[in-house]
Amino acid sequence: MNEVTPPISPTPEKPIIEIRNFNFAYGSTQALFDISMDIGEKEVTALIGPSGCGKSTFLRCFNRMNDLIDNTRIPSGEIKISGVDIYNRDVDVIELRKHVGMVFQKSNPFPKSIYDNIAYGLRIQGIKRKSQLDSVVEECLRGAALWDEVKDRLSESALGMSGGQQQRLCIARALAVKPEIILMDEPCSALDPVATAKVEELIHGLKKDYTIVIVTHNMQQAARLSDRTAFFYLGKLIEYGPTEQIFMNPENPKTEAYVSGRFG
Amino acid sequence: MQRYFHDELQELRNKLILLGEKSNEVARMAIESLLEGDLEKVDAVLALDDAIDDLEKEIGRACMRYISLRSPVSTDVRLILVALKASHDFERVGDEAHTIARKAKDILTREGRLSETLKFDEMSRLASQLLHDAITCFVEEDLEKAEAVIQMDHQVDALNNHHFDTLSAEAMHGQLSDATRFEAVLISKSIERIGDHAKNLAEEVIFLLKGDEF
Repeated sequence: MNEVTPPISPTPEKPIIEIRNFNFAYGSTQALFDISMDIGEKEVTALIGPSGCGKSTFLRCFNRMNDLIDNTRIPSGEIKISGVDIYNRDVDVIELRKHVGMVFQKSNPFPKSIYDNIAYGLRIQGIKRKSQLDSVVEECLRGAALWDEVKDRLSESALGMSGGQQQRLCIARALAVKPEIILMDEPCSALDPVATAKVEELIHGLKKDYTIVIVTHNMQQAARLSDRTAFFYLGKLIEYGPTEQIFMNPENPKTEAYVSGRFG
Repeated sequence: MQRYFHDELQELRNKLILLGEKSNEVARMAIESLLEGDLEKVDAVLALDDAIDDLEKEIGRACMRYISLRSPVSTDVRLILVALKASHDFERVGDEAHTIARKAKDILTREGRLSETLKFDEMSRLASQLLHDAITCFVEEDLEKAEAVIQMDHQVDALNNHHFDTLSAEAMHGQLSDATRFEAVLISKSIERIGDHAKNLAEEVIFLLKGDEF
């Protein structure tokens, strides 16, 4: 019998990220307005919306990447991950980012060997034993569906890989520190259709072990890949629900206009 | 490259085959109830109609979901179009079986038995065979069999015309009541429609395999 996706519940049964009345601003410009939603554990959640709607800003709030930008502020609201308020002053941001990994629009492998790219994060954590490193490198490359393609050239530079392979290497690198959540900001926008399909297959396979939040401009990708979709417009969450609902029968006319390409 | 969501298309095919088998079964039972004068079989046919309707709706929902979420193209789109059209044909076969069973029951209740004139033996078996072959050509993707089904449907049409003439002539002899003759015409027409739906399915299989319009 073929494996077919079972119907999804209207709201996440096991929320791992809980966002409540969250506001965010770049200096005096408010970018996110009163966002409240739950992101389900081991689900793929897609954030969609036109450019400038705040979806990437929102994604970067989950691992406090916006802390690196001057003058950002959170006027009010909170984000809890596994019950912990991640903007509490006691939270160690480095520790947070171990739990919440990130993959960017453009693949960004280190100018090191394929092996060292994966082992990098582990060595920083103080793991030096070669057998342990070997084992994790293989596990992560297998997890990223890359092992068979690169197992015979682990010592070669990662920069010699194709774009699609580099992006999957970055996903493998994110897996090495065993995060619970992986954030993906347009992970396929620089890839050709075949490489995109491979990354999508990978994401689909990873959701049995990881929670994935993905920002994408490609609505077909959001529809194909995600369990739930959130539509943002002008910094506001317009509609959030099971992907089936958002793409087949959205409640809000703005969502309908956006997903059907009638926007603007 | 096989994608994870392609399993959903296989599931759709399986559901369509299941609906085809159910409608074939109910058509066969309806025709048997007529040939054998079996009232229990009539009731069984009447009871199966809702299950067929529900399965057609389920297939419709699966098609809409796949179109909305999976951006299908080429043969995948054709399969979805065929699933929508064929599931409607199968649902209509179920309705025709329902009509045959209901009319057979009316005649049996009124007359106590079915005369040989009203059994439409050859036509019934032919229509049932056509439907079976049409489903087989979909399952086996058999173009030749699909073309044969289309040709064989003419024989069912000819037999329907023959029955109409026979029943019209019967009016002169007055052995059957007007109500029975009228219901018998409707039964013959329903059997003929089952043949038409089998032919439709065969045309849909040709479209699926060749991409030609139908």
